[in-house]
Amino acid sequence: MRAIVTVIGKDRVGIIAEVCALLAKNNINVLDISQTILQDYFTMIMMVDTAACDMPFAQMVQYLQEEGRKIGLNVHAQREDIFNAMHRI
Amino acid sequence: MLSRNEILQTLNMIDQQHLDIRTITMGISLLSCADPDPEACCRKIYDKICRKAERLVPTGEAIEAEFGIPIVNKRISVTPIALVAAGCETADYVPFAKALDRAAKTCGVNFIGGYSALVQKGLTEADKKLMNAVPEALAVTDYVCSSVNVGSTKAGINMDAVRYMGEVIKKTAQRTADTAGFGCAKLVVFCNAVEDNPFMAGAFHGVGEAESVINVGVSGPGVVYHALQSVKGQPFDVVAETVKKTAFQITRMGQLVAREASQRLDTPFGIVDLSLAPTPAVGDSVARILEEMGLEVCGTHGTTAALALLNDAVKKGGVMASSHVGGLSGAFIPVSEDEGMIAAAQSGVLTLDKLEAMTCVCSVGLDMIAVPGDTTAATISAIIADEAAIGMVNNKTTAVRIIPAPGKKVGDMVEMGGLLGSAPVMPVHRGSAEDFVARGGRIPAPLHSLRN
Repeated sequence: MRAIVTVIGKDRVGIIAEVCALLAKNNINVLDISQTILQDYFTMIMMVDTAACDMPFAQMVQYLQEEGRKIGLNVHAQREDIFNAMHRI
Repeated sequence: MLSRNEILQTLNMIDQQHLDIRTITMGISLLSCADPDPEACCRKIYDKICRKAERLVPTGEAIEAEFGIPIVNKRISVTPIALVAAGCETADYVPFAKALDRAAKTCGVNFIGGYSALVQKGLTEADKKLMNAVPEALAVTDYVCSSVNVGSTKAGINMDAVRYMGEVIKKTAQRTADTAGFGCAKLVVFCNAVEDNPFMAGAFHGVGEAESVINVGVSGPGVVYHALQSVKGQPFDVVAETVKKTAFQITRMGQLVAREASQRLDTPFGIVDLSLAPTPAVGDSVARILEEMGLEVCGTHGTTAALALLNDAVKKGGVMASSHVGGLSGAFIPVSEDEGMIAAAQSGVLTLDKLEAMTCVCSVGLDMIAVPGDTTAATISAIIADEAAIGMVNNKTTAVRIIPAPGKKVGDMVEMGGLLGSAPVMPVHRGSAEDFVARGGRIPAPLHSLRN
């Protein structure tokens, strides 16, 4: 299943590495990354494939959120379908 | 690939602009629960609802978590109880409301609708028993919502039922006086009621519907308001286009959630209701959208035209986004549930008369309006008759959900709590409609009801 992971937090060294390590640990494959700094805030959008992840999707969402909070990041994961529904006909 | 802007726009809509799915409502037919023994009938009602809606709340929560979109309410609507209970050998219909309430609590839903009667042309014995039981039923239950349809374009207005409902509303207010007449917030009087409405308090599962069905109501006044802020000062053509585009996006999301819920619950998808339903939260108000169009205060001259544009553009945008559109679809104007409406009513600009005019062009009617506790039953009936006439003649749904708050005077506030918000008590006209309402009988259907 494809999902969109958004990461927002105060910019510092190593955010991408930490988030990617977190994803890799759970067999979540990164397909695409787009990243920028918006008003001092690190903003990253990742497209990921969760097919090989052991956790059920809803649990994974919660896990990423909690792990993100521990390292000072706001991490959201959502199924890609919601964005496609809204922006693609 | 989705662009960064598109993704951030969606996230902003959800995080900043209060975009949510207002309700997933499961409609359940209770026609199979009829039984001469009232206890057996109640047992069957409870069992069937719990069986059908067992997974409704967990499924809603799972969709919420996976898609990251809040689903505010999970609800149930059932066949009008006056039909289900008609075969029971009993004069007391309160136990049926208690059975619905128990089932709602077991399933964990927010509300259950369908303690209803359809009396647009006449009253059966069962309809009378149900209407008699409404004040007590709403006082002794927590989640049960009741509605009575007193008129339609096809049948005209049943003025006997209108008179009776004025008294029922007064009794309901008195019976729940300790909570400022809260029972009345769960009671709607309709003209042209729809059978697939997912919104409360007026939801019921029509007799033309399937065994069970999933209907979804979307929301999003905050998103429309935000979109209009980007087209300040531009002509109405641009305003309408902007509302349409936004409504399309909101509805696509509703359609996605409806399809997903229907698949997971193995229940047919019914409709998406394209409604702009406000909440008392700041930034989630229909009144503020109207004001954004250039009105100083909602309720001033120009408000009806602004609302007409909004209502129409929401439908035009939404209808392309869903395979089946139904319910009430349009902009809601519940006073107590809309931060901007509350402010406008408190300032004295938004009056009952202006609201009545607005109901000619919005999706429903006079909704969540508090009036002084000494308002007579006849005046309430006359207000219902006026609304029903608007609905009947204009071929649209209209409704009255009015709270004659015991002991409250003009200017007081009535606190409803939660999504129901708080309502400023609004003045009513003092001239009596006693003799008008006392006539009874039926107001004939308008000429344009004869369309065959």
